[in-house]
Formats: sequence, C-alpha cells, structure tokens
Amino acid sequence: MKPETKKILFDPFVDKNPITLQILGICSALAVTTSLSATLLMCIALTTVLAASNASISLIRHHIPNNIRIIVHMIIISSLVIVVDQMLKAYAYETSKQLSVFVGLIITNCIVLGRAEAYAMKNPVGLSFLDGLGNGLGYSLILISIATIRELFGAGKLLGYQILPLVTEGGWYYPNGLLLLPPSAFFIIGLIIWLIRSRRKEQVEQADFVIKKNIHRESM
Amino acid sequence: MESYINLFIKAVFVENIALAFFLGMCTFLAISKRIDTAIGLGMAVVVVQTITVPINNLVYLYLLKQDALSWLGISGVELTFLGLVTYIGIIAAIVQILEMILDRFFPALYHALGIFMPLITVNCAILGGTLFMVERNYNFTESVVFGAGSGVGWALALIALAGIREKLKYSDVPQGLQGLGITFITAGLMSLGFMAFSGIQL
Repeated sequence: MKPETKKILFDPFVDKNPITLQILGICSALAVTTSLSATLLMCIALTTVLAASNASISLIRHHIPNNIRIIVHMIIISSLVIVVDQMLKAYAYETSKQLSVFVGLIITNCIVLGRAEAYAMKNPVGLSFLDGLGNGLGYSLILISIATIRELFGAGKLLGYQILPLVTEGGWYYPNGLLLLPPSAFFIIGLIIWLIRSRRKEQVEQADFVIKKNIHRESM
Repeated sequence: MESYINLFIKAVFVENIALAFFLGMCTFLAISKRIDTAIGLGMAVVVVQTITVPINNLVYLYLLKQDALSWLGISGVELTFLGLVTYIGIIAAIVQILEMILDRFFPALYHALGIFMPLITVNCAILGGTLFMVERNYNFTESVVFGAGSGVGWALALIALAGIREKLKYSDVPQGLQGLGITFITAGLMSLGFMAFSGIQL
C-alpha cells in the first residue's frame, strides 16, 4: 500500500478523528452507546453509508452544479440510508428498534455531509472511498470504546453476556447506574478527548485568555 | 388542553431534545461560544421546528402512512419507506423558502438569522423532531405542540450552555481539556441537571 493511501485510511483513527477533533457525528456517538450490540450495528451502518456516499458523490463530482450541491448530497445520502434502514429492519429487527430514530439520523450525521463536502467533491473515487472507510472506522473506534465502558461498568455485561457478576444476583459487582444514563456519555467523550490530547499535544486548543502569573506573591 | 400543556413541558424539560436525546449536538457544541449568536440560532431552530414538524406530520398522515392515500380512492398502499428522503427534502425546501421570505420581507430578521439557515438543514434536531413525531404517532395538534416544545427546549439548552461557556473562558482549564473537552463535561453536568425534571407531570 502506498504511504499516502495508508495515510488517508489510517489518519482518521487518532490524528484526525472525526469525533474528537473534527467535532462531527457526535449525536449518535452519545445516544446509541448504552449497549455494545446496538453500537456495533450503528457503526456498520454508518461506515457503509459513509464509504458508499463518498464514492458515489466523488463519481459525479464534475456534474453537480455548485449551488444545489447540498440538496444533491442529501438525496444521495438519504437514498443510501433508506437502503441500510430497510436491510436492518429485515435482518436485525430487534436491534434496529433499539436504535430507533438514529439510523434515519445518519442522513444528518455531519460526518457524512462533512466528508462529502470536504473530501469527495475534490478527489477521485478510489481515494474518496478509502477516506469514507477510514472516517467510518475512526468513528467506530471511539463509539465502541465508549459503549464497552458504558455497558461493562453500567450493567456488568458485554453484548448481553454477564461479565461482572452483579450483587443483586449473588456476585460482587455494584453496577454504576449513572453510566447507562445520558450524562455519562458526555463525561466519557470529554475524558477520551483529554486522553488523546495529552498524548497529541498539537491537537490542544489555545485558551482565549491566559491567566497571568501571580507576580505579587512570587516576589515576596 | 391539559394534555397539550403536559406535552409541551415534557418536550422542553423532561425529554429535552439536546440533553436527553443528544440531537443537534454538532451545532450545539460549535455555535455555543457567544450568547448573542446562540440566541439567533435558537430562534431560527424554534421557527423552523414549529413549521416543519406539523408539515411533515400532514405528509405522513395523508401521503405515506398505511392506507393514507384512501382519500384519493387508492387503498392498500404503504409508502413509509420513502419517509426519510421525503422529510429531508421538505425540510431543505422549507428552510430555503423561509430564507427567501425573510430576505424579501424582513431584512432585519434575515440579517440576524440568515447565516444560520444553511446550518439548520443538516441539524439533526430538526429531522429528529420529525422522526420522533412519526415514531410516537402524534396527531396534527400534538405535532404543532411537540414541534414548538422541542425547538424551545433545544434553544434553551443552547443558550444556557453559551452562558456557561462565556463565563468559563476566564477560568483555568487543564491544557488537554481546553475548548472541546471542557464543553463536553459542562454539557454532561447540564444534562445531569435536566434529569432532575424527569417524572414531572401536570
């Protein structure tokens, strides 16, 4: 694999992660991560839509008139989402019920439109496909880690199997109920961002105001 | 009447669309640096949400639902699989029309809200509102109330977050948490606060 292709595919994992750096696609990252199985399904759905939409938009990029491009993107993306939605309803009905409106919301997931705008409109088909795949996997990486934390420590389960025996069932683990509630998703993503940025210093944002050193006390 | 007030309160506080369902997060985090822009975007969302949810409700009830075409004398047709593409098309069209109307008749308002209009088409709170309306089978009046309520709830959360962030910029945040990280934690705490509303009923 050529180094630049490799870069396109693997950069979105940590260095240019769509969630933690580009602030794209956060809604579903927060909402579906209470159980790992739903998260896996969501990741597969999003990666498929993202790769396919990037490839098809890139295919017709010279023919899209510039001033109606957003609507054209929307139509392509929503058609792909309908296909994925129908597939999920046919083969994984229970989990797709659990995902509720969030499969439909892939249409307005900013990753899909953001990558179409920023990358697929300017680059050839093969590279756009890889970019979509890479960003989808970068998104999946973050989602799966959040879901693992939330399901394992919130319910003591992974994919529905009991890993940590609960106190209520004669085990030793007190489940942390907060992890299954909405606020915990915000905290976990905040902490993941902290972790990544303490490793990758170049991602740190500059503060608007820097607090001045307290000269008075130091001189004493 | 009471059930409508109840639905409104529920949509604003208990099931706040930003803090309990995480919809519209991208714009929620990106446009919450200053209070005045937050108010502008919040207003725009309330207006668009109050218009699009009822219109999509009519489309769902009279075009897409099982046997919905019976007023044309056609029965046994179900077009719900076309739902997603129809809703997003309608939202995009309404946003575009609204932008033109504002530009033509209310130039002052256009200058205040105009720049946010393109952002709104891709705001998942708008499409999410419509999808929740379909999933919960609201009738027309309920959809008007729900549309307005969810819009107000989102705007409220956005403006509150912007207020906190304006104060927060003078505080000493650890380097890695600067910017995005601390915003997430703030939103988490707000969401925790909003959970206190759960269970409230009139």
